[in-house]
Amino acid sequence: MTKVSLVIVGGGPAGMSAAVAAYKAGVTDLLILEREAHLGGILRQCIHNGFGLHKFGEELTGPEYAARYAEQVKELGIPYKVGTMVTGITEDKVITAVNPTDGIMHIQAEAIILAMGCRERPKGALNIAGARPSGIYTAGTAQKYVNIKGYMPGKEVVILGSGDIGLIMARRMTLEGAKVKAVCELMPYSGGLARNIEQCLNDFGIPLMLSHTVVQIHGKDRVTGVTIAKVDERRNPIKETEQYIACDTLLLSCGLLPENELTKGAGITMDRITGGAVTDQSRQTSIPGVFACGNVLHVHDLVDYVSEEAEIAGCAAADYLANKQSERVDITVQPVGGVRYTVPQKITSAQDTTVYFRVADVFRDKRVVVKCGDRVISNKKKIKLAPGEMETVKLTAQVLAELAEGTITIGLEE
Amino acid sequence: MENKREMTCIICPRGCTLTVELEDKKVLGVKGNACKRGTDYAVAECTAPTRTLTTTVMTESGEVVAVKSNKAVPKELLFDCMKEINACVAPATVKQGDVVISNLLGTGADIVVTSYVE
Repeated sequence: MTKVSLVIVGGGPAGMSAAVAAYKAGVTDLLILEREAHLGGILRQCIHNGFGLHKFGEELTGPEYAARYAEQVKELGIPYKVGTMVTGITEDKVITAVNPTDGIMHIQAEAIILAMGCRERPKGALNIAGARPSGIYTAGTAQKYVNIKGYMPGKEVVILGSGDIGLIMARRMTLEGAKVKAVCELMPYSGGLARNIEQCLNDFGIPLMLSHTVVQIHGKDRVTGVTIAKVDERRNPIKETEQYIACDTLLLSCGLLPENELTKGAGITMDRITGGAVTDQSRQTSIPGVFACGNVLHVHDLVDYVSEEAEIAGCAAADYLANKQSERVDITVQPVGGVRYTVPQKITSAQDTTVYFRVADVFRDKRVVVKCGDRVISNKKKIKLAPGEMETVKLTAQVLAELAEGTITIGLEE
Repeated sequence: MENKREMTCIICPRGCTLTVELEDKKVLGVKGNACKRGTDYAVAECTAPTRTLTTTVMTESGEVVAVKSNKAVPKELLFDCMKEINACVAPATVKQGDVVISNLLGTGADIVVTSYVE
């Protein structure tokens, strides 16, 4: 069996950034395994701009952002295999992978970084009544058709879900000559960034119909239209508000799901809310030496933060391989009052830690309060919080060392 | 005539809500922006709105490559720009950074390849 110190599963932004960070921290025996024919992951089809402002201080398109890391991978001579599908990971870190040149490979790794990304919630998970004609795509599939293959999936479009990919595709299809008739969003607020509602919908006069959903798909061979309806506070469609919209294409942008079959197969402890592994501040999972980062851990809004998180995992994998020990603490981070989840969920070492979190609803004029029992660690006012925008709080090494063990809660208060 | 206009800044993912005080088309003041770029955006948006255009160009190999305008173009010219770009066929061997169309429709913006070919 081949032996490799560090195997990175996934060659997207998280995998590349983790590999580069690990290499720079001294890990030279490493290997990236990527399912697609190229490094770059989903960024290759995200041809719009808006990436990299935080990380590089300039506005890049998806392929340009990916290239910054792909070039580093190549310059550093980090080995990678594309067209290679990982089919299994065991608890003792044996990776099974397959590609057309090597056939089936078994690799014994000392450390693993999981960076498989996420996938879109599919049609089958949405319970929409009606026929199943052609013309129904997830927004990301449509994006691949238009931006990579050069095909237009349709001419008259309704989009269900107002996630960022749906908004981006509303603009993209419009620019290429399609008529986007409406974007329906089940929730009373959009899950996308405010700037995307402005520049992708408002710029082109595309209506955003909040608290609306598709209740029926019409058409035998091809979509001929959809029936949409307003929903009540409990998200049930209101019969009297039903209206028919003629269209030949329905795009679905209804959420992203971390792709964790391999993680679960290895027996790693999962977080029911994020859909990713439970990790500590270094992004180490319940199996020592197995780390997770990027959208496979929790869905991010911005790739810049994916790169940042992947660097943490890459450096931590290097520390693990070098057997570096640091001062141990045993702290649980718990979301309370209005906060849906936190990453990390545990803190095992007293070092400066940024905790990412998402809120459960749209809130205005709240305080983000970090507490340990009755002791308030931080208390910061926020004008607006929304589920679509990831928030952070910083915990200092000093606070964590003083605390040593216990539970830190992060919640919203008046 | 004095009036107020609300808009969402699109310069960065923060998406500040801006309140712009206007007299005719002249911007008197901008509020709600977290940084200076918000002011510049609000002024441009009220006088001559522009957008960076990203799309694809067909190549001689029959595959498309991703492109962008290397500076923002006037918003009202977006569809004219698309027509021009879709009429263009680029060589099969283009690489990231290559200019496919220079000075698109006299806007001063070049259409530049962004796809990364290994």
